[in-house]
This record gives sequence, structure tokens and C-alpha cells, in this order.
Amino acid sequence: MMDSVDRAIINRLQGGFPVSDHPYREAADHLGISEAELIQRLEQMLEKRQLSRFGPLYNAERLGGGLSLCAMSIPEEDFERVAEQVNAFSEVAHNYARDHRLNMWFVLATETPARIESVLVEIEDVTGYQVYNMPKKEEFFVGLKFEV
Amino acid sequence: MILDKGVATQPLDDLDRRIVVATQGGLPLVPEPYEQVAQALDSTADEVMRRMRRMLESGIIRRIGAVPNHYTLGFKGNGMTVWDVADDKVQEYGRKIGALDFVSHAYHRPRHLPEWHYNLFAMVHGRDRDEVMEKTRIIVELLGEDNRGHEVLFSSRILKKTGMRIPG
Repeated sequence: MMDSVDRAIINRLQGGFPVSDHPYREAADHLGISEAELIQRLEQMLEKRQLSRFGPLYNAERLGGGLSLCAMSIPEEDFERVAEQVNAFSEVAHNYARDHRLNMWFVLATETPARIESVLVEIEDVTGYQVYNMPKKEEFFVGLKFEV
Repeated sequence: MILDKGVATQPLDDLDRRIVVATQGGLPLVPEPYEQVAQALDSTADEVMRRMRRMLESGIIRRIGAVPNHYTLGFKGNGMTVWDVADDKVQEYGRKIGALDFVSHAYHRPRHLPEWHYNLFAMVHGRDRDEVMEKTRIIVELLGEDNRGHEVLFSSRILKKTGMRIPG
């Protein structure tokens, strides 16, 4: 179970981790615990999957790649086949079934922005269904506020 | 808020890319993590730190720290809420909705008329679906008469989740 120290780590260390010679020691000082304890607690929270990662969060587009959210409307009898075909593309990072007429939603991440369009066409060709491309026009990202 | 258009991005060189590849899965959990990354890349801790600071400043790194797993932490109801607002108001409302503490991110996306008329997306997190619906009502109140329609799309199944990685 998580105690108050784990919660403090999650609530106060979602950003601002130092870029310095001994960053865990610095962060631990702010939390009032030792460097060794911080490292051990992070290890445990990662192991229990309470944290999906500890480190830098990169902005995919700014790395020069393409990113888009795409949706498809697939009849139930074809859903599994299409899911398999879509997932087979290495550019598909996440794929979720959602309760809606547009019932398949996936994120495409490509090495170059231009690749998005060609992968979409390939997916349409392979599956026989239309892909709705919904790349973001603008992001409203405030970030660090998830509290436990 | 980050505006994607018009942002001049300094191109990453080979060492930058190798730093990204070495750290995108996480930092080493050792007292001197940047030193360990540097050793693996045949570089120095000072050089790695200098480049990571630069990537932080330019927004290539959004932040460095703990990335919580909403689901394991008990937030099992995640709803993708989608909204139809006038295009000239989407930025104003995007900022307001994005600032709500139960919204993890909000985006302006294109409509696909006539099938899809929603242009504002906000991911709402709650302990269960009821809580997500409660939180959604707060957005309904915030938008008032400017809400021309909305829906909440719950995920019924994860079909694939590999996350984004640049190849290295």
C-alpha cells in the first residue's frame, strides 16, 4: 500500500527533477527523506506499476516525428480482424475500443510527419474501412496536477 | 500551453538522439544517473546534463519526474470527452478546460462533417464512470450556452499499448 511518503513523491515529483550530479539526493532533501529511501521507493512504485516511468517525458512531435489520433467505425463482425490488421502496423502506438459509432481509436506515431498520411492510406487499403484523421491543431497542456 | 506552429526547433544531433533513446524509458535509479547515461554513451555527465537542460528549455523534454499510472492508482474511469464549440472560442475554452484538475489533457482537433462535429477533446479522469460523468457536468456548466453538443467516449478495451518510442 502507498503511505504518505509515496503520495508525496507522486504529488511533488511529477516534474522538476534536478539535472545535476546528485539529483536523487537533492529531491530527497526536499521531501525530507534520504537518497537511498527515495531510490528504493521509486523502484517499488515502478515494480507495482503505480508509476509507469521515472525520467524525462519527451514531446514526440518536437523530436521531429508525426503524431495523430485516428478513429474508425467498424461493424462488430469485422472488429477483431480489423483490430489485428491495425495493430500490426508498428506505427500504431495505442489502440482503444470505445463505446461509440466510431469504435476504434488509435494513436499513430511516425518517424516523419509526412509518413502519417501514407500509413493512413495503407490502413484503409488493408482494412477496407475509412480512417478519420484527427491530428491536434492545438494543445492545452497544463500538466502536473494529478494528485493521490 | 504549447503552440506547435511557428516554433523553431533546433535540430537534434546524433548525441541528442542517443540521449533520448537512452532515457525515454526512464532514468537509472542510481545516485548519479546522468553519469551512468553518459558512460553508456561514451560521453560525460556534464555534456549529457547540458543537452538535457537545453531540451528542457526548448520544450523537447516536457518535464522530468514521476509519470503516474492513473489506472493502477485507482483512477479506473477515464473518459474521452468531446465537445462542439464555435471555432473562435475553442482556444478560450481549451485553456479553461485544460486547467481543470481532473482533465489530464485537452486538444483542439479537426471536425469531420457531417459524421463528426466535435472540435475540442478533453481526457477526464475519475475513480469510476460515475465520477467521470459528474466531472463532465462541471465542463457542461463551464461552457453553458456555448456547448453545442458533447459526448463521453469510454474505452471498453485496450487493443494495443506499446507507447511511443523513437527507434534506436
